[in-house]
Amino acid sequence: MISAWTAHSKTIEVCTTCKFQKIGDALASASANDTILIKKGVYKEFNLSIDKPLTVIGENYPIIDGTLKGEIIRITADHVTLDGLFIINVGTSYTEDFSAVRVVRSEYFVIKNLVLEKLFFGIYLEKSSHGRVFHNKIIGDAEEEFNSGNGIQLWYSHHIEVDQNIITHVRDGIYLEFADHCTITNNISRDNVRYGLHFMFSNDDLYEDNTFEKNGAGVAVMFSKNIEMYHNTFQGNWGTASYGLLLKEINDSKIKGNIFKENTIGINIEGSNRVSYTYNTFEKNGWAIKSRGACYTNIFSENNFLYNTFDLSYNGKLNDNSFNDNYWSDYNGYDLNKDGVGDVPHKPVKLFSYVANRTPEAIILLRSLFIDLIDFSEKVSPVFTPDNLEDASPKMKRIAHDHY
Amino acid sequence: MIKILKYSFFDLMRSRWSYVYFAFYLLLGFVLLFLNTDVSKAVITLMNVVIILVPLMGTLFGVMYYYNSKEFIELLLAQPIKRTSIFIGQYLGVATSLTFSLIVGLGIPFLVYGIFKSDAILDFSLLLVTGGFLTFIFTAISFYIGLSNENKIKGFGYAIVFWLFMAVIYDGLFLISLIVFEAYPLDTFSLFASLANPIDLSRILILLKLDISALMGYTGAIFQKFFGTQWGVVIAMGVLLLWVIVPVFLIRRKALKKDF
Repeated sequence: MISAWTAHSKTIEVCTTCKFQKIGDALASASANDTILIKKGVYKEFNLSIDKPLTVIGENYPIIDGTLKGEIIRITADHVTLDGLFIINVGTSYTEDFSAVRVVRSEYFVIKNLVLEKLFFGIYLEKSSHGRVFHNKIIGDAEEEFNSGNGIQLWYSHHIEVDQNIITHVRDGIYLEFADHCTITNNISRDNVRYGLHFMFSNDDLYEDNTFEKNGAGVAVMFSKNIEMYHNTFQGNWGTASYGLLLKEINDSKIKGNIFKENTIGINIEGSNRVSYTYNTFEKNGWAIKSRGACYTNIFSENNFLYNTFDLSYNGKLNDNSFNDNYWSDYNGYDLNKDGVGDVPHKPVKLFSYVANRTPEAIILLRSLFIDLIDFSEKVSPVFTPDNLEDASPKMKRIAHDHY
Repeated sequence: MIKILKYSFFDLMRSRWSYVYFAFYLLLGFVLLFLNTDVSKAVITLMNVVIILVPLMGTLFGVMYYYNSKEFIELLLAQPIKRTSIFIGQYLGVATSLTFSLIVGLGIPFLVYGIFKSDAILDFSLLLVTGGFLTFIFTAISFYIGLSNENKIKGFGYAIVFWLFMAVIYDGLFLISLIVFEAYPLDTFSLFASLANPIDLSRILILLKLDISALMGYTGAIFQKFFGTQWGVVIAMGVLLLWVIVPVFLIRRKALKKDF
């Protein structure tokens, strides 16, 4: 123990002409706090174990080829840094979650500048905390849900920073389960088979400035509380069962400054309470917001609703949520005193969206003359839609969201 | 028959209303594409127009032309010409000239804005084909209504009511029956109910081809499964064709029996 502290940390090089030609040998003979420098080359190795605090750096992206045999790197010590590796060919298994990099019960790790290709799971954090996953690129080739893994997975891991990663073509881009106090920032997650971001039972997390694009089902957020989602972009999640963002059993959260564009459903809300939706822009979605019921005391204000087929779909006649100060491109009231606020309240729920909710088959009448007629008459004198569901102070002009 | 068809066709092509109808589509096409150069978006907007306006114009033109040319018909009847040729020839003349106005009127602006370079060419041709069918269907029915009613006011009334029924009331009844029987599986019912109305059928055929079909979720998927196949398209076109053949057959029967 004492010798480990007193000995100066040294740098061990790995290359075809060095003393160590295999990464595994270098890892085994290194002592704590050493640096392992891997030179450019192809290393056909798997089951590499890092069980002491080491810094592993790749020079010019050396390739570690797992030859589809199993897990490639497993970290089981604190203070480990992985930097600049190109890892390919992770094995596929239906009983074990093989991953390119797995961190097990460790703290203060940094995983950065990795490129992962042909993978099953990418970076798997298991009961590990206070780590940083930064600037990695994960490119999978997933086609089906059942035989593919997730890009970055956090399981019982807390205080993790996931920043500036690019994740495409895996099952779930970023998956969090029982992961609290994490920050997910500046990531791009697109073209994934299932969800761009998926989290369950993870509280007090922050999601900021991420882009989730063209994922199979969008982003799913379930059974969590105190979530903050700021300035994310959800777009192009288009398909019969897709949505930008799914909220299920989410309480006491803030959704601010996000852009929802061209999704079949912008936000699908189910059983979520005390959530504030402010300064968001919903543009050209099928449904901007689909509220499936059991949603109470939510606040929707200062949002832009632009050219959605339906702005709001609502279940039942009871309304306990407030919709104020939004801009609705559908609004056709007037503003006599020129204070920028419409004088007539806006009713965001169309009768047809109410009917289509009750009888899904009725959607086949979409864009027929009859539907336009009943929508118009319902707008003039509401009978079926909740009469207190209205925006009493609709904005006349689109709200600028740049400074929020 | 060809001679009478030709005569009615050119008679109509020379008339002011045909020009107005043609100019309307030309203008509509240009304005739409001027405001929004995205050809596929313009197809969606056009669909709304085609679905409502084409049947209405077919209905009005059909019944109007029949009553206007009644004296001419009586004159022709005095000649040694087959009755079927006279009526069917006239009907085809009206329907063809209307379809001609529609296709050329919309075709020119879309050609100018490069429909052939766009992916929307199939959607656009589907739009024109269904538009043509709707013209033939509604002209035939209004011709039959004219033939059955000596009283012009009554004839006009019935024709308008028929259009109103197909364009609006049918969907209302459809929706009510969906809501009343919501406890039952309604997919097959809604499939047949929309097959039975040419306006609904055209609307759904076009919608399914566009992005917006994703909104229709589960029900849309069932329709897609049906109409998306070769057979579905054949059946849909067959039904539309049937909607033309049956009224034409009725016109023929009426024309042969009618006492002038």
